[in-house]
Amino acid sequence: MNEKNLKKKSLEYRKTILEIIFQSGAGHTGGSLSCIDILNVLYNSVMNISPKNFSGLDRDHFIQSKGHSVEALYTVLCDCGFYSKKDLSTLNQFNSHFIGHPTIKVPGIEHNTGALGHGLSVAVGLALSKKIDKKTNKVFTLLGDGELSEGSVWEACTTASKYKLDNLIVIIDRNDLQITGKTEEVNPIEPIDKKFESFGFETILTNGNNISDLLNVFKKIPMKGGKPTVIIAKTTKGSGVSFIENQINWHHKVPSEDEYGRAISELNEKLNSYE
Amino acid sequence: MNKIGKPNLEIFSETLLSEAKKNKDIIVVTSDSRGSGKLVPFGKELPDQIIEVGIAEQNLVGVSAGLAAGGKIVFGVSPASFLTARSLEQIKNDVAYSNCNVTLIGISAGISYGQLGSTHHSIHDFATLRAINNMTIVAPADNFEASEVIKQAVSYNQPLYIRYGKKPMMDIHPAGTKFKIGKSILVKKGEDLTIIATGETLQRAYLAYEILKENNIHCSIISMHTIKPFDKETFLEFSKNSKAILTIEEHSMFGGLGECCANLIAQNKIDTKLKILGIPDEYMINGSQSDVLDYYNMSPQKIVEISKDLLNK
Repeated sequence: MNEKNLKKKSLEYRKTILEIIFQSGAGHTGGSLSCIDILNVLYNSVMNISPKNFSGLDRDHFIQSKGHSVEALYTVLCDCGFYSKKDLSTLNQFNSHFIGHPTIKVPGIEHNTGALGHGLSVAVGLALSKKIDKKTNKVFTLLGDGELSEGSVWEACTTASKYKLDNLIVIIDRNDLQITGKTEEVNPIEPIDKKFESFGFETILTNGNNISDLLNVFKKIPMKGGKPTVIIAKTTKGSGVSFIENQINWHHKVPSEDEYGRAISELNEKLNSYE
Repeated sequence: MNKIGKPNLEIFSETLLSEAKKNKDIIVVTSDSRGSGKLVPFGKELPDQIIEVGIAEQNLVGVSAGLAAGGKIVFGVSPASFLTARSLEQIKNDVAYSNCNVTLIGISAGISYGQLGSTHHSIHDFATLRAINNMTIVAPADNFEASEVIKQAVSYNQPLYIRYGKKPMMDIHPAGTKFKIGKSILVKKGEDLTIIATGETLQRAYLAYEILKENNIHCSIISMHTIKPFDKETFLEFSKNSKAILTIEEHSMFGGLGECCANLIAQNKIDTKLKILGIPDEYMINGSQSDVLDYYNMSPQKIVEISKDLLNK
């Protein structure tokens, strides 16, 4: 998909994220908006995953370790044809499979996530299975920056490095905020790049809310044969809506009717500029 | 007198090696547990089918789940104590709820580590794993059960936990016995009392049976190797037709075999007596596995006394 269409999709996706959170009355607004451009580029331009090949193993894999940003994932999977908008509209309703964290009950979702620090180990196991089978498929996983305090993340890094998993691509949604406040105040995790480098990863920094930067970065993977890759994607929490950006209270705040209307207007204005 | 066989853990590793030679999709994951899991020969013979993650049990379970998601038949092997406590969240989310085809092998389970103490004991594993949906829990008793469960695990295709001890075990089952995960085995049949044991305590129940028989007390002995899904059908049949039930387990009295039986008796309004033998809710006494089990009333002689008391004899 070309860059312009991807940019338009990102705006449409933001509208859907806000719509489903507003209508269902719950959701992780800030984190979903920060990672949506990454998911957009992955599903529409990088990964070989579709409703047609999903039940098989000869494809790429994606594990969203930061499970709480599930509204972004639901939105993209819906657009890719894994289920209908009508199915998605059941979000958070009694007996719906569309709940606040991903589960395998939802078509297109590979693994239950939500408890942080789990996804990387699972992605390592998947990447190992591809190496054992001598397949060239890649395994992508998206982690939050606050999630890097979980020790199990670093356990998984040692295995990724030991087994030279150059088919593993770890993406960090580096939006600098977590539920309590700034990551560097809650529990400092910098220097993230040096930490991953010392664990045997090839690291690259990019703007995780810039479609062309993301496209360029994903063209370069694997960065180096025999080494797992980490992409530290600098993002803005709440990206795309002026009054939600960089606001701690929007971690899982639900927009009021007025806020929802203003957000949609902002996004429509940006969309109109493409016409 | 029945023959004393090998430690069940050795039987596990021999059986797994033999199965893995026939099926290259079988992958073993260890956490510096190759030696204690008796997997050194496996590592030498099938180096491409063993993944070593170092001392990182959470990662062991997550990596096992990922390998299973990638189509492998995975055996994650680690001391039962660490595997089922430290990695409990990974077992819950990554194996059970994500429905990954992983068999978790809890080595040196129960109080097999003896004097190494409470950090190394797993008297909580039945309780914690029973509360997780989509987990099967098996505690094999003798070499036969220890081997059969691995053969079945290869094609079981759903989350499974098996705990193994490390002492040589007496052969209990005669040739021709059938083993199926989820179906208990009737070892002896008698009308006075039913003794239900799980895992390595079956040997103690069996020795008690011999003494009771000499005393003209006839009991049934059931090997309840599968703790979940529980063989309700057999249990209900025997509990309705026995004067008393005695359960024996190398586990806390909370949340294991005994409580499972108590629950079924209460829910089904069965009029029988029940006595649960296990580790009480106290800081467990230190000692060898055998001495500790004896101390907590699980010696064959004590089982005989308790049985007589239950029958007012």
